[in-house]
Amino acid sequence: MGAVVGTLTMQTRQRRPSRDKVDDDLELSMVCHRPEGLEQLESQTNFSKKELQVLYRGFKNECPSGVVNEDTFKQIYSQFFPHGDASTYAHYLFNAFDSSHNGSIKFEDFVTALSILLRGTTTEKLQWTFNLYDINRDGYINKEEMTDIVKAIYDMMGRFTYPALKTDTPKQHVDAFFQKMDKNRDGVVTLDEFILSCQEDENIMRSLQLFENVI
Amino acid sequence: MAAGVATWLPFARAAAVGWLPLAKKTMPKPPVDKKSRNDEILFVNVSGLRFQTWKNTLDRYPDTLLGSSEKEFFYNEDTQEYFFDRDPEMFRHILNFYRTGKLHYPRQECIQAFDEELAFYGIVPDIIGDCCMEEYRDRKKENQERLAEDTEAEMATDTPLPPHSTPRERLWRAFENPHTSTMALVFYYVTGFFIAVSVIANVVETVPCRPPKGSKKDLPCGEKYSLAFFCMDTACVLIFTFEYLMRLFAAPSRCKFMRSVMSVIDVVAIMPYYIGLVMPENEDVSGAFVTLRVFRVFRIFKFSRHSQGLRILGYTLKSCASELGFLLFSLTMAIIIFATVMFYAEKGTKGTNFTSIPASFWYTIVTMTTLGWNASRDQKQETESGPKAFIIRELHIPPSASISKRKDFFPDVSSPTAVELVFLERYGDMVPNTIAGKIFGSICSLSGVLVIALPVPVIVSNFSRIYHQNQRADKMRAQQKVRLARIRLAKKGTTNAFLQYKEEGGFQDRGSDSALCLKNRSSFEHQHHHLLHCLEKTTNHEFTDELTFSEMCMTESVGYRTSRSTSISSQQGVSTSCCPRRAKRRAIRLANSTVSVSRGSVQELDTLQVHKTSAGPQSRSSLNARTEDLKLNCDDRDFTAAIISIPTPPANTPDESLPPSPAIPGILRNSRCSSFTHETVKISSL
Repeated sequence: MGAVVGTLTMQTRQRRPSRDKVDDDLELSMVCHRPEGLEQLESQTNFSKKELQVLYRGFKNECPSGVVNEDTFKQIYSQFFPHGDASTYAHYLFNAFDSSHNGSIKFEDFVTALSILLRGTTTEKLQWTFNLYDINRDGYINKEEMTDIVKAIYDMMGRFTYPALKTDTPKQHVDAFFQKMDKNRDGVVTLDEFILSCQEDENIMRSLQLFENVI
Repeated sequence: MAAGVATWLPFARAAAVGWLPLAKKTMPKPPVDKKSRNDEILFVNVSGLRFQTWKNTLDRYPDTLLGSSEKEFFYNEDTQEYFFDRDPEMFRHILNFYRTGKLHYPRQECIQAFDEELAFYGIVPDIIGDCCMEEYRDRKKENQERLAEDTEAEMATDTPLPPHSTPRERLWRAFENPHTSTMALVFYYVTGFFIAVSVIANVVETVPCRPPKGSKKDLPCGEKYSLAFFCMDTACVLIFTFEYLMRLFAAPSRCKFMRSVMSVIDVVAIMPYYIGLVMPENEDVSGAFVTLRVFRVFRIFKFSRHSQGLRILGYTLKSCASELGFLLFSLTMAIIIFATVMFYAEKGTKGTNFTSIPASFWYTIVTMTTLGWNASRDQKQETESGPKAFIIRELHIPPSASISKRKDFFPDVSSPTAVELVFLERYGDMVPNTIAGKIFGSICSLSGVLVIALPVPVIVSNFSRIYHQNQRADKMRAQQKVRLARIRLAKKGTTNAFLQYKEEGGFQDRGSDSALCLKNRSSFEHQHHHLLHCLEKTTNHEFTDELTFSEMCMTESVGYRTSRSTSISSQQGVSTSCCPRRAKRRAIRLANSTVSVSRGSVQELDTLQVHKTSAGPQSRSSLNARTEDLKLNCDDRDFTAAIISIPTPPANTPDESLPPSPAIPGILRNSRCSSFTHETVKISSL
């Protein structure tokens, strides 16, 4: 009788739900990715060899498998914004970085995007930003997409802001943006309108040079 | 900041480009990076063992010794390396932490040595990885218990009393450590003696004594010498009561004392006597009274104050309580199953002993614990008959008949079956009659052997494993809580750091003189704060802490209107909440107080004062004059609110650097006055 009870209890113990997770993790780590050669990346991007080395060492340390998936990306990005919730904006960022749209960012994607953002021309930067805003990649930014982006940015501020965030603050922000950017008042912003309007604005032009020396 | 995040900061800052077209205000200037950006290999020499690592690796954790500028103290110019005079074996683990982000605990090392190394290198032990966390915590707990025991033992023995202790404290001490004074020792032995006397009296009073003259029946001694026993009982109870009251009086915490096990035992030991005194000599309640006398045996537990071994036994039982409970539960389950089976198997038989399932419980218990042998043996001896097989089934003996009666009833047996023999010899009173019942009865008796003898070690080890796994779950939960608390704390820390950074006026470009003003922040912090500031500028809102925010909400709802009649308020126009000024003042007061707490430098106050322009508080009279200057100048420069009704100047004010603040406030004032006429002040978003 005791033996029966003993075996029963042992059975229940063995059914571990974590087993599935372990298998999943195992599978993910099997997917290992190696980037292209250093020379190739150097020619494709605006970084020097040393900079690429530094970048890759950091990248490989955080993601030994060579790819970043969306959850890790969100986690990493959220750590910089402890006040609020950075996950929505991180999601849009992830889609912008993931140029091949396969759900994971390889080192090449990472470095290409960084190269544009840090070392690219203003047109390239603005193009990248347009790509970020254009969530559905149809070539137009409409008000809904913009509202989503702006809301995501305001989410990062968190609850405790001064002055307090009102519910229509994002909407007003979006209206202001459209007023400035939408030249022909057709309700959507195209790439050319966007680039043109940004080039007219001195502040934006100046601030685009801000992050040059980040690496 | 969490693990390895420092490497991703450049990426996060690059991603800030996405905010730029949306920004309402101009972005602040990025912090000047004085240090060279090139990664280099550092040499770390720990007691002769040379380690090499990238600088970036160490920079990942800026709040540890190796990640901060603290390591410069250990830099050896001659050999161009960092020299630490510490354990090289331990350092391997520390360095691996930087490399992998996980801290491992080496099992062969002493826990205290490990803790000391962690403390030296500024690493919090909470970030030990999951793989080694359990071992670490177990060892730590073990060590702490050992230390606690040692200190307790130290304290307990013969340490002199602190001077000026009240008689109450002395009394308590005497009770707890009888070896301290002779009086206490005497009392200790006296109580021990009386406990023994009381227990022996309880035992002896039931022994049958020679009956008094004129009676044939044997009388228990208690009834014969009832007066003597009563006197002895009274004396014992008086002593125990006295002891209990004295302890209660002397206890430093009476509630805690009353809840302790020993005090409960004391109460239980003496209560029956008093209840017996109080209760009337009533036939109905005397039965209950007799039951109460049973509790007098609990006086034996009072010995546990006198015996260390008894205390250990009690503690062991207490700690194994859950396992014992589970064992009991499984036995009960088995008993119920078998009893049910036997009952239904024997249900058809007439005159069976298995009248109900509870009645079958006795059979099952006796059979499973193999006591049936002993029980039947005693009964057989009582009947003074040899091994005879009584074929109860054929003769339909009523179950209530005693063995002796049965002996009268039927003759000697002729060829009983072996099985029946076994059954009758095993247990005299309950026997299964049907074949199914016998089969199940055999199974029951065989399984009884298994239950008791074989799986005891298996069950014990199973329980031990399950117990440890449960403990592991609890430990995991505790560790999870600690981790969450740490994350929350880190978040709060970053938030507070940023807010404090703002309030200390960190957003102005400074010359070399004012470099002393702020706390020395790492370049990582500079860049991170710059990033957060960019976000603020993009959304045209500011980060605050919960306190200020809740105050704002409160004052908003109350609809408080400031009584300031300066032109600023009129110029500000409509603001969605008129309390921001008051909130601003409060925030400034808060900031001022924090600044004054952290630093007493006047420079700080100056820069702070200049910074908080539009709502100069009157909290410091010495700076009032300066506030006036600023207010006047602000009036000219204060533009009406931007599109969004936030009472701040719009983004048109260009970024300008303030003149470096000289050391003497007087000079500052003059220079500031003059500078305001031709320079626009970079007004913060307040």
